[in-house]
Amino acid sequence: MPRTVRDVVFVDGVRTPFGKAGPKGIYHETRADDLVVKAIRELLRRNPGLDPARIDEVAIAATTQIGDQGLTLGRTAGILAGLPQSVPGYSIDRMCAGAMTAVTTTAGSIAFGAYDVVVAGGVEHMGRHPMGEGVDPNPRFVSERLVDESALFMGMTAENLHDRYPSITKQRADEYAVRSQEKAAKAYADGSIQQDLVPISVRRTTPETGETGWGLATEDEPMRPGTTLENLAGLKTPFRPHGRVTAGNAAGLNDGATASLIASEEFAREAGLPVRMRLVSFAYTGVEPEVMGYGPIPATEKALAKAGLTIGDIGLFEINEAFAVQVLAFLEHYGIADDDARVNQYGGAIAFGHPLASSGVRLMTQLARQFEAQPEVRYGLTTMCVGFGMGASVIWENPHFAGGAQ
Amino acid sequence: MSKTAELLKGAAQLFPDEVVTSAHVRHLDLPAGAGRFALITLDNGLDHTKPTTFGPQSLANLDAAIDQVEREAAEGSIVGAGLTGKPFIFAVGADLKGVELLRTHEQALAIGRGGHEVFKRLSSLAVPTFAYYNGAAMGGGVEVGLHCSYRTVSRAVPAFSLPEVFLGLVPGWGGCALLPNLIGADRAVTVIIENSLNQNRQLKGGQVFDLGIADAIFDGADFLERSLVWTASVLTGQTVVERAEVDRGEAWDAAVARGRFIADGKVHGAAPAAYRALEIIAAAKDGDLQAGFDAEDEALADLIMGGELRAGIYAFNLVQKRGKRPAGAPDRNLARPVTKVGVVGAGLMASQLALLFVRRLEVPVVLTDIDQERIDKGVGYVHSEIDRLLGKGRISQDRANRFKALVTGVLDKADGFSDADFVIEAVFEEMGVKQKVFAEVEAVAPAHAILATNTSSLSVSEMASKLKHPERVVGFHFFNPVAVLPLLEIVRGELTDDASLATAFGVAKKLKKTAVLVKDAPAFVVNRILTRFMGEVQNVIDEGTPVEVAERAVEPLGLPMSPLVLLELVGPAIGLHVSETLNRAFPDRFTVSANLAAVVKAGKRGFYVYDSGRPELDPEVAALLRQGDTVLTEEETRARVLGAVAEEIGLMLDEGVVAEAQDIDLCLITGAGWPFHLGGVTPYLDREGVSERVNGKRFLAPGVASVPA
Repeated sequence: MPRTVRDVVFVDGVRTPFGKAGPKGIYHETRADDLVVKAIRELLRRNPGLDPARIDEVAIAATTQIGDQGLTLGRTAGILAGLPQSVPGYSIDRMCAGAMTAVTTTAGSIAFGAYDVVVAGGVEHMGRHPMGEGVDPNPRFVSERLVDESALFMGMTAENLHDRYPSITKQRADEYAVRSQEKAAKAYADGSIQQDLVPISVRRTTPETGETGWGLATEDEPMRPGTTLENLAGLKTPFRPHGRVTAGNAAGLNDGATASLIASEEFAREAGLPVRMRLVSFAYTGVEPEVMGYGPIPATEKALAKAGLTIGDIGLFEINEAFAVQVLAFLEHYGIADDDARVNQYGGAIAFGHPLASSGVRLMTQLARQFEAQPEVRYGLTTMCVGFGMGASVIWENPHFAGGAQ
Repeated sequence: MSKTAELLKGAAQLFPDEVVTSAHVRHLDLPAGAGRFALITLDNGLDHTKPTTFGPQSLANLDAAIDQVEREAAEGSIVGAGLTGKPFIFAVGADLKGVELLRTHEQALAIGRGGHEVFKRLSSLAVPTFAYYNGAAMGGGVEVGLHCSYRTVSRAVPAFSLPEVFLGLVPGWGGCALLPNLIGADRAVTVIIENSLNQNRQLKGGQVFDLGIADAIFDGADFLERSLVWTASVLTGQTVVERAEVDRGEAWDAAVARGRFIADGKVHGAAPAAYRALEIIAAAKDGDLQAGFDAEDEALADLIMGGELRAGIYAFNLVQKRGKRPAGAPDRNLARPVTKVGVVGAGLMASQLALLFVRRLEVPVVLTDIDQERIDKGVGYVHSEIDRLLGKGRISQDRANRFKALVTGVLDKADGFSDADFVIEAVFEEMGVKQKVFAEVEAVAPAHAILATNTSSLSVSEMASKLKHPERVVGFHFFNPVAVLPLLEIVRGELTDDASLATAFGVAKKLKKTAVLVKDAPAFVVNRILTRFMGEVQNVIDEGTPVEVAERAVEPLGLPMSPLVLLELVGPAIGLHVSETLNRAFPDRFTVSANLAAVVKAGKRGFYVYDSGRPELDPEVAALLRQGDTVLTEEETRARVLGAVAEEIGLMLDEGVVAEAQDIDLCLITGAGWPFHLGGVTPYLDREGVSERVNGKRFLAPGVASVPA
């Protein structure tokens, strides 16, 4: 039968405020599934024109699919969120690019015609599920030297990336981190972030970490506005003596969830749903696991090639800041200045945090807001590095693009 | 220290074992920039199986939390304050254990005032207050929220009530005065009187909102978040809360009258709580809340010092605790699994049992009888009852299919019972017939199978005596209607072994019945007491007291129905049969009434006709009655009847029919529907001095179901 590929659009995205993992964090006593459930419900409240029974899939990513992140989270979260029983769901894992993969995989199915509209998102509660929980790496990785031993330790891979780009010094990384905090603080001051956050009730029963009882999380906990270079200079380099990677120029360990509505453009228009971004192309690539931060470079090359675009066509970048060095390597590769105004306008994961599998949709939500505000931009990129040596890139078109030379 | 704090400190000393609820104050920023907010969480630090309650120290903690919030409100550092609970629980009211300890009117008054003084502060802060009913809320839990400016409720709240009247109290921390002023008197009567007296019926979240108790309702999934977002919109003026105008005209009086009618129908004036609550509701018509609160304090103190409440709490604990852990039951680990049930007989009782077993145990249930026609009728009855449940939406089509497939009938017991683990007989009430049935069952059933009898009056030991394995016979005595009355008297025969008894208790638990262990004594517990009770009424009538005088004589007890109406429900023939059985066992105390025999012989189904809509003595029955010439007054009749009951219970305890008087009361409450305010009956007999007069001693020590000395 004849088949037409359909345009896929990003309708809307929301997230919980991100928290610091661990006993002091706001979500220490909050379940991971509850975070993603509340994000899904907010998404539906914000889009009352969408009949929930029309949702064809709920794809939810988590890296550690155990306990409250297990049990086929896409399905259980759908039920817990009050979606009709007829709406199916599944779970996805591509570590840090989980939510991004949830978007692109369902997008492929939408383009194919299998779905009209889906919920795609991710969650990671790194307090309840620390990185590496329950892993059992095959001993052949080491015995046959399939990967370097540092590949499983993200901080070490970031140090390795510094080795690959000797020009990216600790100073440059720290400067980048300070700018990320500054931009995030400004974005908050401008109200650019809060509009896509869903408040989360949080309980605390131990007085050591603050007032007990129920509270409400309304903003990202990890942010450190006012961070200076001096503050960062003295931080320890836990992954290597006299190294370059610190807690200050990397994303922390965080808890949080995201959710987005992805639809065929036709469906979105018919249902009166907003069309915030149009999917142009996406690509994933593998790189040496011990320099996983290199991943966005070839992934973006691949996505650009598929779209027939060049890096010069990209007007806005949302690059996940797992590590400052990984963003700087990308910029250096593509000849973009460290402080280029097109890059991470609202700041990034160094300020907001990076609950692994949830972050992809945060990048998209922020890019969508930037598209709205900048109709002169036609194309934008969301990209991130992925554990075990991968890169992920998605190119989006701005539906508000007001025309121009292009 | 404030006066309230002092009051509560004194009360707290009386109650050192209080499970203390903390009132945590936590600050948060409301969404939409609505400002800083103080949220108080009520939490006793335990999980949801131990609901949060208010004892004196808990109230003091809330008082201290309000001190802080009041200060912050006054200095302008918060824009509002809220109150919510730990997961699944808001708060379930006063700690009854603490109430039981109160010894003086003064102490009782202090508890009422203490609650009021703390709660009402929530209505006079410099900022609006909000209650977020996140989970179960009862009594004082509901009331503390009523003092707030606004309320939200979770759609997931499974239980919300003012159960005070059910126990023998009034909602005395603001409920009686505030609720009618919030939602109107008629709805308040529904919540405070009607639901309470209807076996403590609970409201669900949706109903709480529909009644107007809550101003907004949100799903359980993100209830607190939505409540806080709503709070922000109320505080910023985006949302304006509108409530229905309360009708303070005739509707108010009509509501109170309706409440009286309901109370009369349930307790017949015999328990004061409902009437006290209605007095306060009636007086609240003018909206003077403080007068209402004062009246609540007085009513609370009077009721706490009265016997009905103590009996009510005692009864509540019997049903909730003793009913779930039967006294004298063997180790439950001895119980054998029951994977198939046999029912001998396919009559109405047998069919009702089959329905109960299949619904609760969800295992195959096989009915047998003497011919195929009876079997088909019995199975047909069960299947039609399953269809009825399906029609009412109580079970799904899949479950209906499953249950129907599980219920079958066979003519040959060997086919039906060869793999049954539990066989119950419900055949004609005659020793020879039952012995024969058990012999037949034993011949075909597995060696481990329990043989249970639903006999109401025959000796279980005698029934077992001719079997090869009498140790597996137990009495399993249900009460009609089987689906309604919770009691199951489990009778241990002389030779019944622990494993069989444990299995019987295990089955009872799965059947969700209140099991009480009973010795193999004539007519066991409920029928023996009821027969003695009704027999004494009958004796008085036979000796010459008019029927209506005898009937009226026991009205002050507030029983669910009069003795003769009960006899009609049981069936005069069965009543006669049981009295004959007991007469054989105890000829000096149990008589067989010639008048009753005549009524049965005439084929009458009862003493009354209802042509006028009210029970009136059937003229045909009146014509049959042959009465003596001793006419007693109501008072004399009552003294005689209660004396007989007290004597019989005393003898039963001496014989060891049950472990304790508590079991007698549990049986009467759950098997005969005797009211909570009597505490079954022994607290009442103690209170009225009948026990002392007849037996020379109380049944229960002072302080058990009564005000401690």
